[in-house]
Amino acid sequence: MSDIEARVKEIVVEQLGVNADEVTADASFIDDLGADSLDTVELVMALEEAFECEIPDEEAEKITTVKEAVNYINANQA
Amino acid sequence: MSLDGKIALVTGATRGIGRAIALSLGQQGATVIGTATSDNGAATISEFLQQAGVKGRGVVLNVTNNDDIETVVSGIESEFGAPEILVNNAGITRDNLLMRMKDEEWDDIINTNLTPIYKLSKRCLRAMTKARWGRIITITSVVGAMGNAGQTNYAAAKAGVIGFSKSLAREIGARGITVNTVAPGFIDTDMTSSLPEAHKTALLEQVPVKRLGKPEEIAAAVSFLASVEAAYVTGETLHVNGGMYMS
Repeated sequence: MSDIEARVKEIVVEQLGVNADEVTADASFIDDLGADSLDTVELVMALEEAFECEIPDEEAEKITTVKEAVNYINANQA
Repeated sequence: MSLDGKIALVTGATRGIGRAIALSLGQQGATVIGTATSDNGAATISEFLQQAGVKGRGVVLNVTNNDDIETVVSGIESEFGAPEILVNNAGITRDNLLMRMKDEEWDDIINTNLTPIYKLSKRCLRAMTKARWGRIITITSVVGAMGNAGQTNYAAAKAGVIGFSKSLAREIGARGITVNTVAPGFIDTDMTSSLPEAHKTALLEQVPVKRLGKPEEIAAAVSFLASVEAAYVTGETLHVNGGMYMS
């Protein structure tokens, strides 16, 4: 697991209050981890802060799993 | 009812209701940042807070200016910490009969009394959701509930903040943040002292308590809603009007 993936999982566990073993790469924040719309907004804010980047709203909407978050950060981190 | 360690941001705190709110929250232990539109006003706030032994100070904020909001809130965050209590109190009147109302009179009211509620709440919300605690209290008006001839603009903005607060209360209730409004009736401030005497007498006829309210009586309602104990009150409008309007 990459450092980024590990950090993203850590943030998801913290933000959504779920068990680490539930947070697989493909687990959907909303369908599998029980996040509501406000949770996903907060999650994106936490990711922005952790990785010091700004995720535009239209991109944020597409981030629905750990894998998608990791991919986005890999592609956009300076 | 202790607000020790909390940071409170009160807009329009130079005089009247805002000043009473700033002092009241300060007396509960909060650090209070009061905003004014001028350097003089900010100095006045710093002075009365200091005299009352309240931590905090006055700052200059033009609530209609986006950049100003960002700069001022960021400044507060680095100097004191993020505000967990936001009191949207700043407000103006531009009364006129609708048939004679100018676009500027309408726009001034919406830009000053309604839009900044959205901007400041949004700006302060991030830290509140992180803290899982927050209080957003907006001063509306009895006029927002009853209507008042000559105040279509003011009443629209004041009713607007009630709808805003109810919606936001639903969005963030699960985060320990409450969003409420306080609706003063006729309170003895500069805003009402400009009313003609005959008009005032006629108004008091409608008030069972038979007097104007005091700014401190509004501040008491705000302090209650800001308190830790008021955690289960949200999306509510607390009417403080001597009985002139019973919702």
